[in-house]
Amino acid sequence: MIALLARDMRLAIRAGGGFGLGLAFFLIVSTLVPFAVGPEGAVLARIAPGILWVGALLACLLSLDRIFQLDFEDGSLDLLATAPIPMEGTVAVKALAHWITTGLPLVVAAPVFGALMNMPEPGYWWIFVTLLIGTPALSMIGAFGAALTVGLKRGGLLLSLLVLPLYIPTLIFGAEAATRGIGGFDNTTPLLMLAGITAASVALLPFAASAAIRINLR
Amino acid sequence: MADMHRTRQARDRFNFLWEWANPVKFMWFSGKALPWLIGLTVLTMAVSLIWGFFFTPEAVNFGSSVKIIYVHVPTATVAISAWFMMLAASLIWLIRRHHVSALAARAAAPVGMVMTLAALATGAIWGQPMWGTWWAWDPRLTSFLILFLFYLGYMALWAAIENPDTAADLTSVLAVVGSVFAFLSRYAVNFWNQGLHQGATLSLDKEENIADSYWIPLVIGIVGFMLFFVTLVFIRTRTEIRLRRVHALELRERMKDA
Repeated sequence: MIALLARDMRLAIRAGGGFGLGLAFFLIVSTLVPFAVGPEGAVLARIAPGILWVGALLACLLSLDRIFQLDFEDGSLDLLATAPIPMEGTVAVKALAHWITTGLPLVVAAPVFGALMNMPEPGYWWIFVTLLIGTPALSMIGAFGAALTVGLKRGGLLLSLLVLPLYIPTLIFGAEAATRGIGGFDNTTPLLMLAGITAASVALLPFAASAAIRINLR
Repeated sequence: MADMHRTRQARDRFNFLWEWANPVKFMWFSGKALPWLIGLTVLTMAVSLIWGFFFTPEAVNFGSSVKIIYVHVPTATVAISAWFMMLAASLIWLIRRHHVSALAARAAAPVGMVMTLAALATGAIWGQPMWGTWWAWDPRLTSFLILFLFYLGYMALWAAIENPDTAADLTSVLAVVGSVFAFLSRYAVNFWNQGLHQGATLSLDKEENIADSYWIPLVIGIVGFMLFFVTLVFIRTRTEIRLRRVHALELRERMKDA
């Protein structure tokens, strides 16, 4: 499983397009928003946590179809299916590789982009924490969506239609926890709910995703 | 030993249910039932709508705008029930692999989607004079919008996959996972914003229900819309089964030519 993780990460970094692209996209979204709503600091500071969360969500979405698509096309997914590792493990490892190459850079970069948007200082900490807790759920849910659409020729648009509604609870709790934290309110409940969603996704969705992959490989 | 015997007996007693999963039997039964269903649907819907629109008093604070309730509440009820029916049918397909079940789930999706849209639209039309706005980010309204998105995704996945069995499997998995997330979203939006929408006033065990003069036609209306849903799903499932048969016939012809 560690070999698979290393392989997936090497592929993501060397093949280009996956690793830096999500981060660049995140930067562009954060740059576009001030152009759209105007450069006043107060407005930007108020919407910054929400924008950063939506940006992270979309950046995550961009690279989802890479989780299984290439392996499906060149047949390595068939090999992985017959490998001694259970399919659930393969799915979980691939989601983890996606998180390390896409989610983690977003988490680290988010406070910097928050500074671009004039976010108050406690915001750096809270956007970092909420994204750190929430992005694994995004990767895992996304892996499930990617598993559903892996057999399709042009599944990209369909993938976003399927995955974005599933992201709604994560987004609500994540953005809420960040906003409350910045405002100085108690944000234990949304943080715990966010952690709960992540834990449940990581625990249960590999089974659903590997079921979908087995159906697609049939 | 006796226990085992008894459970087997209980299982045998319910076996007749699964016989309706046979397409031939389903076609026979639905063919017999449809005229009755259509008749009952027309009757109950006509009674509730005519009674509701013309023979109920105008509410004190609402004026005549209250009458849209006779479309709004039944469509909303059916919209949610349709998703539950799709979930049940998907589970039956995944566990027992009855084709009619998968086809019924597919047939129900567009009906449920239209009902969701109708509930949203009538709600907006009602909200404009009452709340002074077409749309508010209220938990109930938002949940319905999310439900609508789930219907869209489900139907898009059905449409995208060519192999019918693969499509049935994948959409069923999506329906199961989607149900969990739809439920979660319902809780999340409650947490996220307080609402304008009133609470439940149709419960059987509560004091603050709406007055009887509105209640009776409304309940008839809900029954009517439910029957309407069942009728449409029956018709659409029959169409799907016939489409499969036509497809099978075409394949057989082609085999003969080859």
